[in-house]
Amino acid sequence: MGYTPLNLPSNVITTRIDALLNWGRLNSVWYMLFGLACCGIELMQTGGPRADLDRFGAVFRSTPRQSDLMIVAGTVTYKMADRVRRLYEQMAEPRYVIAMGSCANCGGWLQKSYAVVKGVDLIIPVDIYLPGCPPRPESLTEGILELQKRMRREHFITK
Amino acid sequence: MTPEEIYRHTLEKIPAETLGELAADAAQPWVTVAPDQLIEVLTVLRDDPALDFDCLDCLTATDFLDDGQIEMVYHLWSYTHEHLFVVKVRVGRDDPAVPSVSELWPAAEWYEREEYDMFGVRFTGHPNLTRLFLPDEWEGYPMRLDWKEKETALGIPTTRPDPLVPKKDGETGGAADA
Repeated sequence: MGYTPLNLPSNVITTRIDALLNWGRLNSVWYMLFGLACCGIELMQTGGPRADLDRFGAVFRSTPRQSDLMIVAGTVTYKMADRVRRLYEQMAEPRYVIAMGSCANCGGWLQKSYAVVKGVDLIIPVDIYLPGCPPRPESLTEGILELQKRMRREHFITK
Repeated sequence: MTPEEIYRHTLEKIPAETLGELAADAAQPWVTVAPDQLIEVLTVLRDDPALDFDCLDCLTATDFLDDGQIEMVYHLWSYTHEHLFVVKVRVGRDDPAVPSVSELWPAAEWYEREEYDMFGVRFTGHPNLTRLFLPDEWEGYPMRLDWKEKETALGIPTTRPDPLVPKKDGETGGAADA
């Protein structure tokens, strides 16, 4: 692409529509509070003052209707699996899922249990897997930053 | 009162054939009663002023696969006298039915629902005998010793593909479709 110098005043920028849309979306990833077990405590602390998620524009929402991201933090049981699927389907697209912690990745230390789903990706599609038991707040922040990198590459207008 | 004293005091109200012998060399000595005499024995234990077992501490079950029986264990505690006692009941595994003690101690309602959920023991006279922890559509009683995990549970597969085994072409490796 060629560069044509435009004599624009300093308060006008040019960009691609896709870049603008993605910039808006990734700087306001609103996540749904879905702390099911001990990873939920770490999720709360990542939103807390020390490892702040709000500086990335990520605020918590209690309802899937208002959230872009579902952080499955904790063990998913068969009783809860139906509800997880229902809440995922209530989110509007584009939607993302982070499987936080060992239990959400693969069943974790409860993998031999009769009542535990062996990983939440047997129910809903997962974008980011975070290992850890529980993952530290820095790890969850890194996961959200990785998700932002993916969002930056998505395109709507161009193919 | 020590468990031996409790046992001797109970023998004044309940005949020795019903009560059985005290297993005294255990850490918490117990008696084994028959299922149809269970309510009578437990009512005496709860209502007698010298015994006064007003708290059902715990109600558990043990599966004896070799004997073909399930044993219910009632742990009783008295707040006024601060002594404890244990009563056991054995029923057959094929269709286990025990009278419910939820009218004696309301705490037994959830204990008995848990036993029904995990072992399949039916409690006659229980106000609401439904599953407590597992989903209502669950089939099977997991705490029985001969229970095996099936291929799928409620439509969800119960195994994960091994990540160290190389995938063939076309396999997606366990993720649900978007």
